[in-house]
Amino acid sequence: MVGLQDHFFIASPGDSVESLPEHGGTNKIGAAFETPSGRRLINPKDYMDIISSTRPNLWASLADEVPAWVTEKRNRLSIDRTLKWLDDCLSLDQEKGASTLGAVVGGPNIEHRKKCATEVSMRNVSGFYLGGFGLGESIEERSALLNAVTNILPEEKIRFVSRLGLPEEVLQGVAAGIDLFDSTYIYHLTLGGFALVFPLDILGEAPEALLRNSSNDYTKINLHATIYRKDTSPIVDKCSCYTCQNHTRAYLNHLLNVHEMLAQILLEIHNTHHYLGFFRSIRRALKQEKFELFRERFMESRRVHLMEAVPYS
Amino acid sequence: MALQFEVVGRFNRARASKLTLPHYVVQTPMFMPVGTQGTIKGLTNSQLEDIGCQIILGNTYHLALRPGAELIDELGGLHKFMNWKRGLLTDSGGFQMVSLLHLADITEEGVTFQSPVDGKPMLLTPEESIQIQNKIGADIIMALDDVVRTTITGPRIEEAMYRTLRWMDRCIAAHKRPDAQNLFGIVQGGLDPVLRDICVRGLVERNLPGYAIGGLAGGEDKDSFWRVVAQCTAALPEDKPRYVMGVGYPLDIVVCSALGADMYDCVYPTRTARFGTALVPEGVLKLKHNAMASDERPIDSTCSCMVCKNYTRAYIHSLVTRDAMGSQLLSYHNLSYMMRLSKDLHMSIVEGRFPEYVRGFLRTQFPKGDVPQWVCNAMEVAGIDISSCCAPVPV
Repeated sequence: MVGLQDHFFIASPGDSVESLPEHGGTNKIGAAFETPSGRRLINPKDYMDIISSTRPNLWASLADEVPAWVTEKRNRLSIDRTLKWLDDCLSLDQEKGASTLGAVVGGPNIEHRKKCATEVSMRNVSGFYLGGFGLGESIEERSALLNAVTNILPEEKIRFVSRLGLPEEVLQGVAAGIDLFDSTYIYHLTLGGFALVFPLDILGEAPEALLRNSSNDYTKINLHATIYRKDTSPIVDKCSCYTCQNHTRAYLNHLLNVHEMLAQILLEIHNTHHYLGFFRSIRRALKQEKFELFRERFMESRRVHLMEAVPYS
Repeated sequence: MALQFEVVGRFNRARASKLTLPHYVVQTPMFMPVGTQGTIKGLTNSQLEDIGCQIILGNTYHLALRPGAELIDELGGLHKFMNWKRGLLTDSGGFQMVSLLHLADITEEGVTFQSPVDGKPMLLTPEESIQIQNKIGADIIMALDDVVRTTITGPRIEEAMYRTLRWMDRCIAAHKRPDAQNLFGIVQGGLDPVLRDICVRGLVERNLPGYAIGGLAGGEDKDSFWRVVAQCTAALPEDKPRYVMGVGYPLDIVVCSALGADMYDCVYPTRTARFGTALVPEGVLKLKHNAMASDERPIDSTCSCMVCKNYTRAYIHSLVTRDAMGSQLLSYHNLSYMMRLSKDLHMSIVEGRFPEYVRGFLRTQFPKGDVPQWVCNAMEVAGIDISSCCAPVPV
């Protein structure tokens, strides 16, 4: 229907842009989501109707995703519901779990997370959706929770998490054993007129060169800024995306100023390309068994511009 | 003069040509999409090339405001700024002034108006307009003319026509790049044949690279419209391109081409796309209609554009009310339709089957034979027999 027949398609109940889980509205009947047309409640049967019509390659089971600050009681309830809904979805699934990502919840409680992960692993699923992240918990507490779950999940099955978008968060997820990510990071960058410029070839450059190279010290640039009015360079030098191969920062600055749709189209092309390039770099580092080094160098390069801003005493 | 105009086919008054411009070689009859601010709403250059666009319009008034003529010049001209490799045409900025700014005041000096940026009084003179257009660098630039709506009557029309001729001379004098940019004159004179005739002769005397017929497409009745076009095309030189400004609807383009016009521009295809309307051989298709929700056919089964090859009416229906991509896909299709129309006009003339093409076009648009009277009148003057398309008149 959308003309992307040769692409992979994963379905999950929430949509990071338009349909956020609303745990306050979720009840025993179904999961609640805030959407542009108001709050919607969806039960496993309705959900499976949608799944069987849209026919995704993979789909996450319906979950009661709660943020980190809920009560213990609410948290336990979310696990019970999520497991029940997983079983409901599986019983309605014509493929018997062959495309299912079982949802694992458990909020901020490590023991609950482990217990839920164990339970879900016992079902006949092809992979796992780690729910309840990216809802406002701190980046520090997230690592322990992610690892608690992935340590239990079978190695050979896929792990998917939503709403972790910043490069640092992606690296954190990869370190914990996550395979698939979706987020609104690119979407919001583009809407704001930002373009990603952070260096992708972290391992290729010598550490000193990386820290010294001023044009690559920043994550992103905002093309609304007047400094780009006459900048005839591409967003990122040597980037092979359509936007960088054909257009300049000056033209994008103009398009943003006159509120032309083409600005968002060109920015989205570049940002998507750049972000996917980041994932490619991650995969390469993993294959070379240099992921930890990659992560370390990447984090360092992100702090350089802060160091430069602080005067030496 | 920076162009070459070669007629490669004819049928009575209609002609197909090869027009060689500094940046591109175009085929006429030809439709030019309007890219007001240096872009055509949401379409990339490579999509425009796929669609077959040959020349696009840039709007002098808007571009002079943002990003500014100086900046465009400094960065190497509009072609380089947008990275558009084919033809560009800029208008004088006059029309926007008059139509957008109610406080515009026209004097012999030029058009005075209030700057939309800071409210200060500003003056656009013929010299200023040409200077800005020289900086933008388009292949074809338009003289600043004194435009009046055809719905106005009285001495104002005559005043505007003579002033247009006087401004023409000032434009010619101010034009610094005749070797790289073609300055077209614009025929004014309202609906008065006498005034139009004086204007045509005055412009022809100045031996310009091309001529436009202006002051139409503003609400006049169709019968008056085609007569002005017919009169002008008959009087303008054979060996120079003729551009009817602000036209328009596919039917109007077919009629004007039959009468001997070559080039057209209009916001209609892209604007109507944003309202969910697609152009099809039968007329229009309103994608917002409930019936479209379950219609799994492409917009137009005879169209081979990317949109018709990949998407159904049902899918586009679901987009048009709530996502920008809906209007983007419709713009893509509508422009494809217009470029296909241009190509069909050109090829049918070259291949000696223009009358058959016109009849086919009319039969598809008016299957009940209710071809409007003005079209019948115009086709008679154009020497094209469309009696087989018109239902018999009840006795």
